[in-house]
Amino acid sequence: MATTAVANPVERENYLNTNYGIKSWLLTTDHKRIAILYLISITLMFFIGGFFATLIRLELLTPQGDLMTADTYNKVFSMHGIVMVFFFLIPSIPATLGNFLIPMMIGAKDLAFPRINLLSWYIYIVSACLLIYVIVNGGVDTGWTFYTPFSTTYSNTNVFLAGIAIFINGFSSILTGLNFIVTLHRMRAPGMTWSRLPLFCWSHYATSVIQVLGTPVIAITLALVAIERVWHIGIFDPKVGGDPVLFQHMFWFYSHPAVYIMILPSMAVMSEIITCFSRKRIFGYAFVALASIGIAVIGFLVWAHHMFVAGISAYAALVFSLLSYFVAVPSAIKVFNWTATMYKGNISLRTPMLYALGFIGLFTIGGMTGLFLACLGIDPHVTDTYFVVAHFHFIMVGGAVMAYLGGIHFWWPKMTGRMYSEIWGKVAAFLIFAGFNLTFLPQFILGYAGMPRRYHAYVPEYQVLNVLSTAGASILALGYLLPLIYLLSSLRNGAIAGDNPWAAQGLEWKTSSPPPTFNFEETPVVTWEAYDYEQMPKEVPVVS
Amino acid sequence: MSASTTEAVAQHSLQHHFATMEQQRQSTTLGMWIFLVTEIMFFGGLFTAYLVYRTAHPDVWEMGSQHMEFWLGTINTVILLTSSFFVALSVHYAQRGMTKITALLLFLTVLCGIGFLGIKAVEYHNHYKEGTVPGPWWHYNQVENPDGTTRPAPHELQLFFYLYFVMTGLHALHVTIGIVLLALIGLWAWQGKYTAEYHNPVHISGLYWHFVDLVWIFLYPLLYLIANKHA
Amino acid sequence: MLKDLSLWPSQASTLSGNVDLLYIFLIVVTGLFTLLVFALVIFFAYKYRQTPDRHATQIEGSNVLEATWTLIPFGIFMIMFVWGAAVYMHSVQPPPNAMEIYVVGKQWMWKLEHPEGVREINTLHVPIGKDVRLTMISQDVIHSFYVPAFRIKQDVLPGRYTTLWFHATKTGHFHLFCAEYCGTLHSGMIGEVVVMEQNEYQDWLAGNANTGTMASSGEKTFNELGCASCHRSDTQGRGPDLAGIFGKPVALDNGSTVTADDNYLRDSILNPGSKVVSGFKPIMPTYNGIVNEEQLLSLVSYIKSLSQPRQQGQPAPAPASVPVHTGRTQAPSAGNTKVK
Repeated sequence: MATTAVANPVERENYLNTNYGIKSWLLTTDHKRIAILYLISITLMFFIGGFFATLIRLELLTPQGDLMTADTYNKVFSMHGIVMVFFFLIPSIPATLGNFLIPMMIGAKDLAFPRINLLSWYIYIVSACLLIYVIVNGGVDTGWTFYTPFSTTYSNTNVFLAGIAIFINGFSSILTGLNFIVTLHRMRAPGMTWSRLPLFCWSHYATSVIQVLGTPVIAITLALVAIERVWHIGIFDPKVGGDPVLFQHMFWFYSHPAVYIMILPSMAVMSEIITCFSRKRIFGYAFVALASIGIAVIGFLVWAHHMFVAGISAYAALVFSLLSYFVAVPSAIKVFNWTATMYKGNISLRTPMLYALGFIGLFTIGGMTGLFLACLGIDPHVTDTYFVVAHFHFIMVGGAVMAYLGGIHFWWPKMTGRMYSEIWGKVAAFLIFAGFNLTFLPQFILGYAGMPRRYHAYVPEYQVLNVLSTAGASILALGYLLPLIYLLSSLRNGAIAGDNPWAAQGLEWKTSSPPPTFNFEETPVVTWEAYDYEQMPKEVPVVS
Repeated sequence: MSASTTEAVAQHSLQHHFATMEQQRQSTTLGMWIFLVTEIMFFGGLFTAYLVYRTAHPDVWEMGSQHMEFWLGTINTVILLTSSFFVALSVHYAQRGMTKITALLLFLTVLCGIGFLGIKAVEYHNHYKEGTVPGPWWHYNQVENPDGTTRPAPHELQLFFYLYFVMTGLHALHVTIGIVLLALIGLWAWQGKYTAEYHNPVHISGLYWHFVDLVWIFLYPLLYLIANKHA
Repeated sequence: MLKDLSLWPSQASTLSGNVDLLYIFLIVVTGLFTLLVFALVIFFAYKYRQTPDRHATQIEGSNVLEATWTLIPFGIFMIMFVWGAAVYMHSVQPPPNAMEIYVVGKQWMWKLEHPEGVREINTLHVPIGKDVRLTMISQDVIHSFYVPAFRIKQDVLPGRYTTLWFHATKTGHFHLFCAEYCGTLHSGMIGEVVVMEQNEYQDWLAGNANTGTMASSGEKTFNELGCASCHRSDTQGRGPDLAGIFGKPVALDNGSTVTADDNYLRDSILNPGSKVVSGFKPIMPTYNGIVNEEQLLSLVSYIKSLSQPRQQGQPAPAPASVPVHTGRTQAPSAGNTKVK
C-alpha cells in the first residue's frame, strides 16, 4: 500500500502556523489550540502528581517512616490523589483529545461554544495555580477524599484553599461537558446521524452527561466543607447534630461517577484504535454505544459501595452491592466487543495498538477486582487496604493512562503532522506495561494480607511486597519519561506524517495533518457508516 | 427597523462556526438548559442535606421555621413571581421586535430583583440581631417553653439556620447574577441589538431568571411554611 | 525481610474461613475470565497478524454472542452477590448474649474497656471460642477498627455507636489496625488482639480488675451527676424510670416510637431535648461537655444492667452514693427487686 507522504504539508497553512505569538494562543478560540494548551497543562500536573507518587514509593521501601515525617507523608499522598484525580485524570482525554477531535469527527468547524471552551481552560489554569500555591504552602493532609470531621475540624492544613481550588476546577469540567453535549446534538455535519458517529463521540457524550450532572454535587459538598472550616458551623459535625457520614454520601455521589468520567473517554479511544489496527468495523456498534450510556446511568446509582463499613445500614449495603454488580455488565460487554473486533482482523501491532491491548488486559484485571469490592462478603476485609489502591490504579493507570497515551500516540501525527520513533514508542509501551504490573500486582496481595492504605509506616511482614512495588514504580517512571522525550523530539526530527498515516477511517483523517484552522476545506457530507474499513486500505501503511 | 436592517443585525450576530442562525439559536438554547440542569444538581446537594436533617430533627425544623418572618418571605415570593411575569412579557415583546418595551420590562424585572435582595438584607439583619446567624455570631441559646419557662435551645437549631443562610445566600447570589445579566440584556435591547429574528439572548436569560424564581418557590415553603400544629 | 513475609493473614475467627472461601471462588472465576480474555487477545493478535495476503473480514456483530456474554457474566455476578450477601448478613448480626467489650477510638490510640472494669490501650484480650461484640465510638474523627486475621472491619464514628462482632478460633496475637485515615499518627494507631484460653482470660481479668465494673462506675456517675434525682423508680420522678428500658420500645412526645438502644441512651444524655419521652416535660439538662465517651459508655452499661438480674460471679456494685444536688438519700422503693 502506498505511503501517504505529501510534500511539506507542515508548511501549508494549518492551525499551528496560522498565526504566531503568545496572544494568538492565549486568546484563541480554536478548539485544536485549546486542546494543545490543555495538553501542556495536564502534562505538567501529571508529572507533579508523579513526583508525589515517587516520594510515596520511596518512603514505603522500608517499614519505618524514615524518609519524611508522618505529617509530610500524609500531605504527599493527599496531594498525589488531588492532583492526579482532579487535575490530570478528569480533564485528560476529554480536554485534550476530545477537544481536538470531536468537532473534526463530526465534520464541524469548532465546538458549539468556542469561547466557553477557552474559558474552561482558564478556569482550569486558575484552579491549578491555586492548587500549586496550596502545595507550596504545605498542602493538605486529608486525603483526596476530605472525610469529615477530620477535614473540617481537626486538620491543620490548607483545607479551605484546596477545597476552593477543586471547586473552581469543577466548573472547567462542567463547561467542557456542556460544550460537548450541545456540540454532539447540534453541530454534526449533514449525513452524520447518531448511528454513524464514531464511538469516541458516544463515549464522550456519556462522559459529558456525568460531568454535567455530577460535578455540581462535589462543588457544593466542598463548598460546605470550606464554610465549615472558616465559620466552624457544624454541618457535618456530630456535636451540633450534623452527620459526618452525610459528607461521605455527598462526596461519593460525585466521586463514583467521576471514575466513569475517567474511564469512558479511555474506552472511547479504544474503539478508535482497535478498529484501525485490526482494519475492521467494530463488533457490535450499537451495544458498545449503549453500554457507554448504561455505564453513565447506572454509575450514578452505586456510590455507597465506597461506604459499606462506614456505618450505613445492612439493607442499604445490600442494595448498593447489587447495583454495583449491574454496573459491571456494560464494561464487560465492551471488553468482549473489542476482543471480538480483533477476530479475523488484519492486525498491526504499532505503538497505539500496544497501548490498546495493554489497556484491555489491565482494565480487565482492574474491573475483575472491582467484583471483589462489590462483594459484601469480601469488601469489609479489603476496603481501606492496598487491595483498593491496587484496584483503582489498575483502572486509572493501567486503564485510563494507557488509553490516554495510546490516544496521544495515535493522533500525534494528526495534531502535529509528525511521526515519532516507532521503536522508542514500543520500548516505552513495554516498560510502562511491565513497570505497572510490578508496581501494582503485589498490592493486591498486600491488601488481602491486611496492610491498610495511607500508612506512613507499616509492620515488617509487608516489606517484601512493598519493595517489589517500588521497584516496579521506578520502571514505570522511566516508561513515562520516554514519551516526553521522543514525542517532543519528533516535533523537530520526526518524519512528515501526511494526512492519514494509519489509513484510518474517520473524518479527522480526511483533512490535512496538522489540520487547517477551520478543519475542513468544505463541510463534509457523510454517507458512510462508522469504521467502514472495507473502503480503506487493507493494512496500516509503514511511514518511512 | 426595516426588514433588511433586522436581517443584517441577525447575520451580524451569526457566529462563524455556526452554519445558520437556527443552528446557533438551537445550540445556545440547549446550552442554557443544560446549564440550568447543573444548577439543579448544585442546589440539589443542599436540598439533600436539608431533607436528611429535617427527617432527623423534625421538631427543630419546625422551631426554626417559626423564626422566619412569614410576611417578608411571602412578599418576596410575590415579588419574584411578578418579576418572572415581567420576564415572560419581555420575551413576548422581543419576539415581536418591540425592543424598547422589552428593555423596559427587563428593567422592571431588575427592580424586582433588587427589591427581593433588599428584603432579604432586612431579614438577614434581623436574624443577626436575634442571634440566629450561625458560627461566631450565634447567641440564641434559650427557647421559651409553652408555660413561660425557658430551656436551652437545641443545638440542631444552628443546623437549620446554617442551611437557611447557605441556601438563601446561594440563591441570592444567583439573583444578583441574574440582575446583572438582565440589566445588560435590557441595555442591549434598548440599544436595538435584538430583533424579531434574533433575540435568543433575551429568551435564554429569561430561562435563567425563571430558574432562579423556581428555586425560591421550593425554598419558600421548605423554610417559611413548616406548619406548627401545636400553636 | 523474607522471614517475616506475609502473603495471607491467618484464619483466626469463624468468619475468616468463609471470607477466604468466597475470595478464592472469586479469584478462580475472575482469573479464568481474565485468562480467557488475555488468551483471546494474544491468540488473535498472533493468528490475525498483518500479512501481505490477509484481508480483514468485516463482521457487524452477533446478537447471540452479545446476549451470551451479557447473561453469563450477569449470572455469575448474581452468584457473587448472593454468596457475599449471605456471608455479610451473618457478619453484621451479632449473636444474642455475646460478651460486650467497649471501644473508644481517639487520635491516635484505641481505648478498650471490659464490662468487668478492666481497661486496655491498643491491646485487646479476649477469650477463644466466645462471641464478642464490640460497641465502638470515636472521641474525635472517624477511625476504623480492623483485625485482618478475623476479617472484620468497621468504621468508628464520632457521635454514634457502631458495632462489630467476632468469634475467635485460635489463640495468639493478631494485628489490630486503624483503617480509616485519621491524621498524623494514623499508621501508629495499631495494636493487637490477644486471644487466650477461656480460663486464662478469666485469670487475666481477675488479675487486672481493680476499678470496679463498668456498670458500677456508671452507677457512681449516675448518682454524682444527679441523674438519680429525676430518674427514680417511684412515681415522683420528673424523668422516666430507667429500670428495664434497655432494648424496649419507647413512646416519644411527638407520637413516634423508638427503641432504647445504646445510641438512644447516649443521645438522651447529650441532647435530651431531641427525643422527649411521652408524658414528660422537656426539662432534662444536657450533659454535653460534662461527660466524656468513656463515662457515657459506663452510664449506658449501668442502665443496661438495670434490665438484668445481678449475675453470679459479677462483683457487687458499689453502694449508691448520696446525690450531690438534693441532699436526700435514696429510699429503697417498695416492690422493686433491683437492689443497687
